[in-house]
Amino acid sequence: MAQPAEVSLFGMIVGLFGVIGLVTVNALFLIWMERKVSAHMQLRPGPMEVGWHGSIQTIADALKLIGKELITPKDADRWVYLLAPIVVFLPVLLSFLVIPFSQDMVIRDMNVGVLLILAFAALTVLSILMAGWASNNKYSVFGAIRSVAQNVAYEIPLLITLMSIIIMVGSLSLVDVVNAQSRYWFILIQPLAFILYITCATAETNRAPFDLPEAESELVAGFHTEYTGMRFALFFLAEYTNMFIVAAIATVFFLGGWRGPFLPGFAWFFIKVYAIIFLIMWFRWTFPRVRFDQLINFAWKILIPLAFANLIITAFIMKLL
Amino acid sequence: MLERGLEEKTYVLNLGPQHPSTHGVLRVELEMEGEFITKADPDIGYGHRGHEHMAENRTYPQFLPNMGRVDYLHALAYNQGYCMAVEKLIGLTVPERGEYIRVITAELNRITSHLLWVGAYLLDLGAFTPILYSFDDRENALDLLDYLTGSRLTYCFYRFGGVPVDIDDDFTEGCRKFIQRLRHRFADYDDLVTKNVIFIHRTRDVGFITQEQCIKYGLTGPMLRGSGIPFDIRKSEPYSVYPQFDFEIPIGEQGDVLDRYLVRVREMEQSLRIIEQALDQIPQGPIMAEKVPKRIKPAAGEVYTAVESARGEFGCFVVSAGDPKPYRIKLRVPSFGNLSILPEIAVDTLVADLVAILGSIDVVVPEIDR
Repeated sequence: MAQPAEVSLFGMIVGLFGVIGLVTVNALFLIWMERKVSAHMQLRPGPMEVGWHGSIQTIADALKLIGKELITPKDADRWVYLLAPIVVFLPVLLSFLVIPFSQDMVIRDMNVGVLLILAFAALTVLSILMAGWASNNKYSVFGAIRSVAQNVAYEIPLLITLMSIIIMVGSLSLVDVVNAQSRYWFILIQPLAFILYITCATAETNRAPFDLPEAESELVAGFHTEYTGMRFALFFLAEYTNMFIVAAIATVFFLGGWRGPFLPGFAWFFIKVYAIIFLIMWFRWTFPRVRFDQLINFAWKILIPLAFANLIITAFIMKLL
Repeated sequence: MLERGLEEKTYVLNLGPQHPSTHGVLRVELEMEGEFITKADPDIGYGHRGHEHMAENRTYPQFLPNMGRVDYLHALAYNQGYCMAVEKLIGLTVPERGEYIRVITAELNRITSHLLWVGAYLLDLGAFTPILYSFDDRENALDLLDYLTGSRLTYCFYRFGGVPVDIDDDFTEGCRKFIQRLRHRFADYDDLVTKNVIFIHRTRDVGFITQEQCIKYGLTGPMLRGSGIPFDIRKSEPYSVYPQFDFEIPIGEQGDVLDRYLVRVREMEQSLRIIEQALDQIPQGPIMAEKVPKRIKPAAGEVYTAVESARGEFGCFVVSAGDPKPYRIKLRVPSFGNLSILPEIAVDTLVADLVAILGSIDVVVPEIDR
């Protein structure tokens, strides 16, 4: 694969602004999409007033959030409280480094790409823990504790599932993974892995039915109960960007990345990513929330054994071939 | 808070009075050990308006609007209970057609109450979508009631001696369409909710109530029937024209949260049956008693009437001292008894279970506070 020989300053700046622009536009679009998807699933039109079919409603909302007062609770652990929304965003931004949007549109194709994304994804837990603990609110602490337990439990099957693909490809680079799917998509030969991955990814991004860290009817708003204005918006933004990242990984690993006829590569990539995001949204507006013990049991007793079985079978078959 | 929490084993968590799952202004003081509840103490009284005291300063007809505001979700049952009490006190008989209209509207109102509960309860369990579907159905029933009574929530429709407005063909047609529609929708609810594996796991074997506990705490309504006791005032102490209809009392098997859910859903089906029969059988005739006294001044005495509201037995105890105003009115509200069992069944459950249990009680907090 074409490795950029050296990283120019120009390239870095373009990449950085490109990523920040993408993150912002993507989050704004996804929030609008979520509202529209949920609305049409719920027999209502959703936002309709601002722009065509409410398409710039989220911009109006963002402006409103910027204008809101930033409240820091009196008993909060001040520095940790202020840092948490920033910490939630950094790993999210960095993950974009290695995502191949098309054949050429990858900022830096590293040979440890998967590892890098998963490592950064794990950092999200830290910021949730920081936010929950520093808020000094019982509901927030609950949310944070739940989040940690949940993420630890679900990262294991997530990794193992991806490992079965990596065994087949023989490389950790995301570009290599896509290139290995030139004849068929991996979803066809690894359907179980795909189902496991989507389940874990939903839990990783704290989406319903696994949205326990912010379970509204139990914990009010979970770890971000005390956050207002742009700080709250950053958590929101990070959640939607995380969704994009897990969907991008699913696209790369199971749906052949940028590959597809007629349309340019990045168009196919985005179509596939948003299709998966739509699936995750569909879950949220259809299922009730699971209980915490059920969530953990599901991870340790069902997902992890299945993921291991899938890994062992894949390894066995690869050895035979 | 945190420092103390680390030293001691348990800590106190305030659930409410402003919390998404307490449905109004109920506060539950929870003593917790981790996520397990060791003690739950409901704290009521945030919505106290003094309805019973208001009754002592109003004439009998003046108190009628208050009855739509005690339990705002099944207001017509309260209308009916109070009207029956006063009618008994002054010896009025409601003509048959009036009773039929009362039954039709009260049952429609029961359906709206249960539909709201189904939606709100699933919202408690984290399913966002069903509430909008149930509200869509509820809207149809509310439109019908709006057409007849002029209000959508806090009805004040029944009068001493009957009802003020007769039903017409439009209303009858609308009712029949609504029955058709809702029967069709129940199949959807069944597919989407009752067969959902997460829903079953969240509700099965949670919040058990034994039959002994039911009787000990004076539970009524779906809470009692969920535990398998077929007690429904409409059957066991029939009032109005209910004996003329063929309907069943759905009961649960185990007394857990899922049973109470199923009981309420089946009750809606039975209410549809009652409305259908009532529309078919409704006789011609007057809707108001002929000799309703202009000034209601019952002789001294006391009277108790009970009706089955969506939440259980609503009792209305009226004491008259021979004045135009009641001497005392005591309202027996079902939610109060139903909520009183919470401390017993909430122990050793998770917060998520508490939300499921609290939701299954179907409390209307202003009804408790009155």
